[in-house]
Amino acid sequence: MSTIQVDKTIDARGMACPGPLMNLIGAIRQGQVGQVFEVLSSDEGSKTDIPAWVAKAKHELVEFVQDSGYAHFIVRKAR
Amino acid sequence: MAAEVVILGGGVGGTIVANLVAKETHRRAHVTLVDATGIHVYQPGFLYVAIGLEQPAALQRPESQLLRPDVSLVVDRATRVDPAARRVLLESGRTLRYDQLVVATGSRTVLEEVPGALGAHDFYTMAGATRLYKALQEFERGTIVIGVAGIPYKCPPAPVEFAFLLDDYLRARGIREKTQVKLLSPLNRAFTIEATSKLVQPILAERGIELTGFFNVESVDPVAKTVTSMEGETVEYDLLVLVPPHRGQMVIETSRLGDERGWVPVDKNTLKHTEFEHVWAIGDATNIPISKSGSVAHYEATIAAAEIVAEVKGESPPAHVYDGKVMCFLETGQGQATTIRFDYTHPPVSPKPARRWHWAKAVFNKTYWHTVPQGRLP
Repeated sequence: MSTIQVDKTIDARGMACPGPLMNLIGAIRQGQVGQVFEVLSSDEGSKTDIPAWVAKAKHELVEFVQDSGYAHFIVRKAR
Repeated sequence: MAAEVVILGGGVGGTIVANLVAKETHRRAHVTLVDATGIHVYQPGFLYVAIGLEQPAALQRPESQLLRPDVSLVVDRATRVDPAARRVLLESGRTLRYDQLVVATGSRTVLEEVPGALGAHDFYTMAGATRLYKALQEFERGTIVIGVAGIPYKCPPAPVEFAFLLDDYLRARGIREKTQVKLLSPLNRAFTIEATSKLVQPILAERGIELTGFFNVESVDPVAKTVTSMEGETVEYDLLVLVPPHRGQMVIETSRLGDERGWVPVDKNTLKHTEFEHVWAIGDATNIPISKSGSVAHYEATIAAAEIVAEVKGESPPAHVYDGKVMCFLETGQGQATTIRFDYTHPPVSPKPARRWHWAKAVFNKTYWHTVPQGRLP
């Protein structure tokens, strides 16, 4: 695992609705520019949804790690 | 001496816990439910009020009529919880001591957090839904935009359902061809759940409802009549309907029982507060990243009630914990609906939209008063 300092972790494993990306969007909306968010998701769709939204909203996907049964996404609020 | 069980909030979750704990403990617990208004509101009906299909009066009943006679109802506002002293302070100055506390205070909407949005319409309060219906009745032509201005929000399917019911309404009034309906979705599809989106998107296209993805409303310019997203896009409107941002109740924030948005941190299975003993939270009030909906509050309430009953009786905790069960209806318009069911370990499934699901929802809405608050449905 990385040594990046995470400001907030969203453990969305097993959560299909409202879904890991929705929770990330909510957290970024409330967060400050520069803050780092970690999302844990077991939802397969997150692997495409989260990077696609991060790119569209012009934030930064700092890291993606596939663990057993779930994925970690580390996202920095860039603007 | 009877255990003092105090429940904050007379919505679906709080009412079920109160009735079940009183029933199962046979006077070994004294159950008190605190509610700020004493009026129980069936919030899923707001959607129908907004479109003129339901009357506000049909969605409200005195809480006292829904509680067992052995539950004490206190109509007052909880202003502070002191978990160390196990006390709740009320607005009237009264103090309630508790052995077990259930926080079922729901959520509140804070449209004022979105710059420029205060004049926008919503269907998340009775006042909002009533005002929206009035505006729709006066609407003749133009662009109606439906957007989401904060996450999490109650009832994830609601914006899509509203789009479909609005389409029906406009057709019935004969002004559909003069009206553009735009649905701005926070995700790159119509709905959070992919399987449900696949069912819903072709119907949106068929009805001429324009879907814009990855549009999380950030601000509104009420003079230019435009709405701008976190992603940097701007859309024009004539009538704007927003899902407002939600927060936990003030009492959670002032008592530091929750996180920075007022959501109470609980174990996702036992629903017990992660920090304070003898405190449970259920329904919208929790920080569990799952649907904020009546069905979640309902299922969680039965679990929290069973745990409290075991504690009052000095028995070991029940083996059955909250498994993340959610069951929602989703209206697809023209008299049809689908359902969405899932839990922590089973992915969502939705049947093909059909008339029978629309009728099932209609029957549930009408029979709610006689079944759910009393804990008669498992």
